[in-house]
Amino acid sequence: MQKKVFIGCGAGFSGDRFDASIPIVNEFKNISEPKYLMFEVLAERTLAIAQQYRIKNPDEGYSPFLDSYIKPIIDVCLQHNIKIISNIGAANPLGAAKRILEIAKEQKTKKPKIGVVVGDDLLEYMTNKEILESPTMEGLDFSNNQITAANVYLGAKPIAEALSKEADIVVVGRTVDSALALGPLIYEYNWKNEDQHLLGSGTICGHLLECGAQVTGAYFADPGFKDVPNLAKVGFPIAEFYQDGSFVITKPKDTGGLVSKATITEQLLYETHDPSNYLVPDVTADMSELILEDNGKNRILVKGGKGKKAPQKLKATICCDNGFMGEAEISYAGPNALARAKLAGEVISERIQILGLQGKLRVEIIGGGSVHFSMDEASSYELPNDGDYRVRTSAIYPKRYQAQQMVDEVMSLYCCGPAAGGGGRGYVTPQSSTASILVSRETVNPNVQVKIL
Amino acid sequence: MIKLNLPVHSIAHARAGDKGDVSNISLIAYLDSGWPIIEKLATKEKVLEIFKHMGATRVDRYKLPNLRALNFVIHSALGGGVNSSLRLDRHGKTLSSHLLHELIIPISKDLLPINSPYLEKFKD
Repeated sequence: MQKKVFIGCGAGFSGDRFDASIPIVNEFKNISEPKYLMFEVLAERTLAIAQQYRIKNPDEGYSPFLDSYIKPIIDVCLQHNIKIISNIGAANPLGAAKRILEIAKEQKTKKPKIGVVVGDDLLEYMTNKEILESPTMEGLDFSNNQITAANVYLGAKPIAEALSKEADIVVVGRTVDSALALGPLIYEYNWKNEDQHLLGSGTICGHLLECGAQVTGAYFADPGFKDVPNLAKVGFPIAEFYQDGSFVITKPKDTGGLVSKATITEQLLYETHDPSNYLVPDVTADMSELILEDNGKNRILVKGGKGKKAPQKLKATICCDNGFMGEAEISYAGPNALARAKLAGEVISERIQILGLQGKLRVEIIGGGSVHFSMDEASSYELPNDGDYRVRTSAIYPKRYQAQQMVDEVMSLYCCGPAAGGGGRGYVTPQSSTASILVSRETVNPNVQVKIL
Repeated sequence: MIKLNLPVHSIAHARAGDKGDVSNISLIAYLDSGWPIIEKLATKEKVLEIFKHMGATRVDRYKLPNLRALNFVIHSALGGGVNSSLRLDRHGKTLSSHLLHELIIPISKDLLPINSPYLEKFKD
């Protein structure tokens, strides 16, 4: 019989439902095969914010939601040998591990062995100059800005190494999301670099899991066209992986949601460019010849994943501060609302010019296809003049006070704008821009370490 | 058989993802019968035209016949990307709906999924 490995995903982004992993853990209690619970909670921007926290306080800089994800399940996971793998470490994986040890102590669980992967933070071993001189894949010219974070995407091998050192919990910082699943698979099946098709299949499995319920019926429902049962209780995904590289995607019993060929296909292509060349540090995965088969209710068998040689260089994301964004909104409803909303937008544009604020101002009419057209673009929707419209303006400026000035102008529409504007809201938020660069493995590899706490 | 010009939403579904200033949108036929239609009519030229007002400069198209799916990679469509865009929808998550709405194709009744709300359009 083929050796099976179970991997559940309890979070697909920073702030995902905190109780989502509980049904997975309950299901895993009765499974004797190796079982893993991953939490993917680290977006590109999250890391830049986390770096700022760590600079202020060296104990901080891990995911602000660590307690919310770990507290409900740590005891059961340790009791039932469910291993936890997460990028919850953000800018401070060691700090995260220390906090998890504290939680374990508070809950009087058995003391977990925690594997910590460090070495993704390029600022620790590359100078600003070296980082800025690296080849840029995409993004802005950063040469005039202070870099606030620079982290390379690590692969799955350090996670596998931590597991081979008997870690109950593995905490990483910036690591490619799918590696949270590939790491356990490399460890369990003892895959080598030449097992490219298996590494490819494991990566595809991780890619399907990494956004949580987006593969089990969430982010899918289109009532009347694509109906999803009990979305409020959507079950998060479980992969049942087989030694030959095929796997089943399913979800815990008694949960809502849906696993179908359609949900799998949507998630497969989510944030994918060329399906034949899905690049991660461990392999170039190829999903172009994948076959999906029904395998019982809410069970889809995925076969035919392939892999090719891993890319030569590693991708890193760098962040820098980039001014302040002002955003403000005000509503107009009832007779002739569209005309009043448009006039409000025009007034703001003119006021910004009078104030001499440089930079592009965007005006959108919410209720008029705002997410697809700005106010000055011809909307393809036929909009009634009477209705419920909300003007939204946004602009990014170098200084906070400038963004605030724009917001203030929208607020002054209360007394100085078209008739009957109401519900004004506005806010200013600091902005962080990102760019992607390529770095060599020779620079990164000697700095990657697995520590056991 | 009568054909009506309908949004591709009648025979396919979609999801949008973002990486930097690049949006990718899948287009997946509900039925086997829908696959040759989207394969033929959902060209990269058409998709470029649909997203041109957003700044799109180039579209790559990938085919996954086993999955009845196309994947469009639309360059420079996100107003600078999630960290620089001035748009309400900085990720371009809603762009899948824009594609489903704007791509119009001739459709006969037999191509619609069972119980499709679009069947109403074929009455009388």
